[in-house]
Amino acid sequence: MTQLTAEGEQAAPVGRASDVPSPAAPSPARAAVPDASLAIATHGLTKRFGSQVAVNDVDLRVPHGAVYGFLGPNGSGKTTTIRMLLGLIEPTAGSRSLLGMAIPQQATIALHRVGSLVEGPAFHPYLSGRANLERLDAADVLADPRTTRVRIGTALERVGLTAAAGKRYRAYSLGMRQRLAIAAALLAPRDLLVLDEPTNGLDPQGTREVRSLIGSLASDGTTVFVSSHLLAEVEQICSHLGVMRDGRLVAQGTASEVRGGGTVSLHLVTAQPEEAAAVLTALGVQSVIADVGEVRGIPGELEPEAIVAALVRAGVGVRSFTASSPSLEDLFVSLTGEGFDVSG
Amino acid sequence: MSVAEAELAGTSHAPGIAALHPRRRRLSTRLLRSELRIIAGRRRNQAGLLVLAAVPIVMAIAVKMSTPRAGEGPDFLSSITSNGLFVPLAALSVEMAMFLPLAMSMLSGDAIAGEANLGTLRYLLTVPVNRTRLLLVKFASLCIGAVWGIAAVALPGAAIGIALFGTGPLTTLSGSQIGFGAAVWRLVLVILYLAAGLAGLAAVGLFISTLTEVPIAAAIALMVFTILSWILDSVPQLGWLHPWLLVDHWLAFGDLLRDPMAGGEIGRGLLTAAGYAVVFWLAAWARFAGKDITS
Repeated sequence: MTQLTAEGEQAAPVGRASDVPSPAAPSPARAAVPDASLAIATHGLTKRFGSQVAVNDVDLRVPHGAVYGFLGPNGSGKTTTIRMLLGLIEPTAGSRSLLGMAIPQQATIALHRVGSLVEGPAFHPYLSGRANLERLDAADVLADPRTTRVRIGTALERVGLTAAAGKRYRAYSLGMRQRLAIAAALLAPRDLLVLDEPTNGLDPQGTREVRSLIGSLASDGTTVFVSSHLLAEVEQICSHLGVMRDGRLVAQGTASEVRGGGTVSLHLVTAQPEEAAAVLTALGVQSVIADVGEVRGIPGELEPEAIVAALVRAGVGVRSFTASSPSLEDLFVSLTGEGFDVSG
Repeated sequence: MSVAEAELAGTSHAPGIAALHPRRRRLSTRLLRSELRIIAGRRRNQAGLLVLAAVPIVMAIAVKMSTPRAGEGPDFLSSITSNGLFVPLAALSVEMAMFLPLAMSMLSGDAIAGEANLGTLRYLLTVPVNRTRLLLVKFASLCIGAVWGIAAVALPGAAIGIALFGTGPLTTLSGSQIGFGAAVWRLVLVILYLAAGLAGLAAVGLFISTLTEVPIAAAIALMVFTILSWILDSVPQLGWLHPWLLVDHWLAFGDLLRDPMAGGEIGRGLLTAAGYAVVFWLAAWARFAGKDITS
């Protein structure tokens, strides 16, 4: 697991090498041409606020059609990265493109095809949910006013807010507000959705609905970029993962690549832990720890079948044997550091 | 890979959507209309309009009830009884000092700082709305708000004035008399002139609004600006400064009620208002165009 925790430079190529065959990747002019094969691409994206580096040399590569889970603890730079992607914040260094179009140069065309949810919902409190959506649609010069009513109705329907559409926003619960924000992101046909903590404030039922909504959008071909600090919700829906820590992207790639980067560990339950530990050590298993009734270790390249066979040959009774990749949560903790301390 | 190729490849991923939305760049007033609906729909603004409208009504009734004593009261107030149209003029001269600038302060505080405070600014900008366009629309809505505010004083004032004092010929400040139709025309000119003055003030407010995320702070700052202007305007030793003060020109609207109309001071007032509008709108743009939106 150590090779992944070390630095972003080591971890990031996980995704680059195999996942995204990009014509722009080998190019020396890495900031010059927006990469059209990617829905989101950043090169050396960096943001300093005074002396503090909020985002440090981030190279995001989100392929078209992916559901990309953007993970990291609070304060790791996720939202600042998203704000830079959407042109709200100007990076100190680096470049970014959405759907192959450079931001901010082509932001007007690009952002029209991008639905976004940034740092929670925000609407006019004394307007109804529907009126708030009408206002956002009115602001979009590329939106067709003739279809406004239909599009708003469809978006409200999709998030299950039709019944409450006429209520004032200030009377909405947190979950309803979150749903309205997602409806706003779906107002126009989108090629890319950037959703910052989309299930914040939703009950378990609502969380499931959002998950299935993201799934159905993705199956329509929409690329979805979801940031979250909740692993469970990301684990189930994401095809790709990126992990932020202290402003750096410490891992990126397809979900299996990122998870495969974690080291397999074995767990043996036996009545003879001492003998088992001796056998395992002789086989070349690393970090063998014998405890009461169980043994742990890191098998490295050894096949689980060979280990069990060796144990049985040595007369060790095996009650249970597990060789497992780390859960996403273990991986997350190993990548981002344990504990609840907010980074920096 | 050239940029053209890159764009081609980019659109090829979603040909249907690209075809649905050809690159139209037409002049749309939808955002402005939405802005005006929000301003007009807000309870606080409606209450403000009622207060603005109440002043001429109270003044007219007070004058009607009191027994006229010669030689007292300000110019317009003593003229009210001769023609109802002097009611809105008297009310405007009173309300231009504080009430109308206060109304502009509230509106301009809402303009950018209010949206930042609610968080709606980030969603407007990611719609996307071009920042320059947003500032233009906000300023236009403030200008229309200024006309609303002044009309809220002038129209009820004219209505109650005519109801209580009739529509006799109007005696101009020069002493001659003009007919009712000509007098209404003069009143419209006064409304437009004062709206131009408030528009200059609104540009200052818009600039202040880009500096903060707290709408009430922006509103107070514009009131401080207004009050300071009045104070400076009242210090005779600062006479050299007075032509540069926005407020110094406002009460010159009386020149529109002379016969013939005196244009010099009015022209300087309009120029000053236009100067403030341009300078402070550009300052707002310089501040806002590249600002990091972290609200």
